[in-house]
Amino acid sequence: MQYLLLIYSAESHEANNDPSVLAEYGPFTQGVVQSGAFKSADRLKPVNTATTVRIRDGKTLTTDGPFAETREQLGGYYLVEAKDLDAAVGIAAKIPTAKYGSIEVRPIWSMEEYAT
Amino acid sequence: MASCIDDAFRRHGAEALATLIRLTGDFDLAEEGLQEAFAAAAVAWQTGPPDNPRAWLISVGRRRALDQLRRKIAFRSRQEQLAVEAKIERQAAPVETDEAEAAFGDDDLLRLIFTCCHPALALEAQVALTLRTVCSLPTASVARAFLVSEETMAQRLVRAKAKIRAAGIPYRTPPRELLDARVLGVLAAIYLVFTEAYAGDPRQSLAAEAIGLARRLDALLPGRGDVQGLLALMLLHEARRPARYDAAGDLVLLEDQDRGLWKAAMIAEGLALVEPALKARAPPSPYAVQAAIAALHAQAATPQATDWRQIVGLYAVLMRLSPSPVIELNHAAALAMVDGPAAALPRVEALAARGGLDGYDVLPAVRADLLRRLGRRKEAGAAYQDALRLARYDPERRFFRRRLAELEE
Repeated sequence: MQYLLLIYSAESHEANNDPSVLAEYGPFTQGVVQSGAFKSADRLKPVNTATTVRIRDGKTLTTDGPFAETREQLGGYYLVEAKDLDAAVGIAAKIPTAKYGSIEVRPIWSMEEYAT
Repeated sequence: MASCIDDAFRRHGAEALATLIRLTGDFDLAEEGLQEAFAAAAVAWQTGPPDNPRAWLISVGRRRALDQLRRKIAFRSRQEQLAVEAKIERQAAPVETDEAEAAFGDDDLLRLIFTCCHPALALEAQVALTLRTVCSLPTASVARAFLVSEETMAQRLVRAKAKIRAAGIPYRTPPRELLDARVLGVLAAIYLVFTEAYAGDPRQSLAAEAIGLARRLDALLPGRGDVQGLLALMLLHEARRPARYDAAGDLVLLEDQDRGLWKAAMIAEGLALVEPALKARAPPSPYAVQAAIAALHAQAATPQATDWRQIVGLYAVLMRLSPSPVIELNHAAALAMVDGPAAALPRVEALAARGGLDGYDVLPAVRADLLRRLGRRKEAGAAYQDALRLARYDPERRFFRRRLAELEE
């Protein structure tokens, strides 16, 4: 199965700019790649660069910022291949931001599942 | 004949379901298959059950489950049908054995318990799923136990099973590095079943289910201090049930209970588990320490003979092992029996001031009792009023009202 590991934390948290935390991401990502679980990963620019788009009454509404105010913001993700939820959680638990933020583990809805 | 099927259901129902879930990879299909297998047994076993009823149920149940699956996809396109057939073939193949499975044997019931109590499921869903599948309780009974409608409970079960499927919760005994944490999760679910049953008297049948689950877990994972500790704790508490309520259904305090009514066999079973539970690992599991406290109460022939000093010491150990305001409250209440209510009251007041136990009726009840024993009747009355407001069950409410009436005499 594939899982998207969504990395949430308060953007203002000092650890997000702590070089020693950022340095942990290198070996972590290498480990995921070497285990064969890695599909893709990215860090997102801060939420103040976000734009929200909605269609209402056939009109496109574009607004500044995220859809809702929340305590923690989505800051990045890993897409991984894992044999089950325990394996995905095992990878998520090693993401450096998990120590102060939180990781949401979401199974990917694969196309072949629509068939069954 | 009907009784031989009932007997097979009681003895093999959960195990057969557990194996069918592994073989079909689907809770619902397994349940439907097993149901049909029991219906078939009603006809086929008229001349007596087969030599191995469990194997018979599994083999018929699996065939029926796969028939069900084929019927469900009959309206789909040929290509989709082929995909599902391929999936059935894959599921029919023997499952891969990993390290943990080799270490713990091929035990489907254990797999089922760990899957039902997976931490990715909400605790209330874990408990519902465990009672429904491992204990084979009908949905209506599970619903009654948790004071929700049958429809609500059925939805809760459907959602839980859907999450197991969609999120890829594995059907297995956790590997060694996850085992301790997962066992604790299972024990928390079992203990929730027990405490709900213990606090609310109309639901006492659930206490037996909780004890039965812990016994099974102890047999499947022998020698674990946490499992033995919880089992002992529940046995020692449950043994007192006949003395906890009087003929009118009113609560009887430990010190006023007729100890002759306690269930001796249950106490003996519990006591025998306490020492191995404490010695199984260092430091001991908090459940084992709580069981040791319950054992000291169970061993006292009279309330006066209770070894309160040792109980205070054990609560102090518990405060180190698993600090919580509830443990602190119990420690203070025990301390009052050794050093007197005046020594314990400041601790209880400090706890109340700190918050964290808001909404817990036992806190004002303990405070009220200490004030009552100190002769501070007016403050005691106000504290009993607080407890009365927070009480969840009728026997507790009647007890607090009785105390209030006594204070006004």
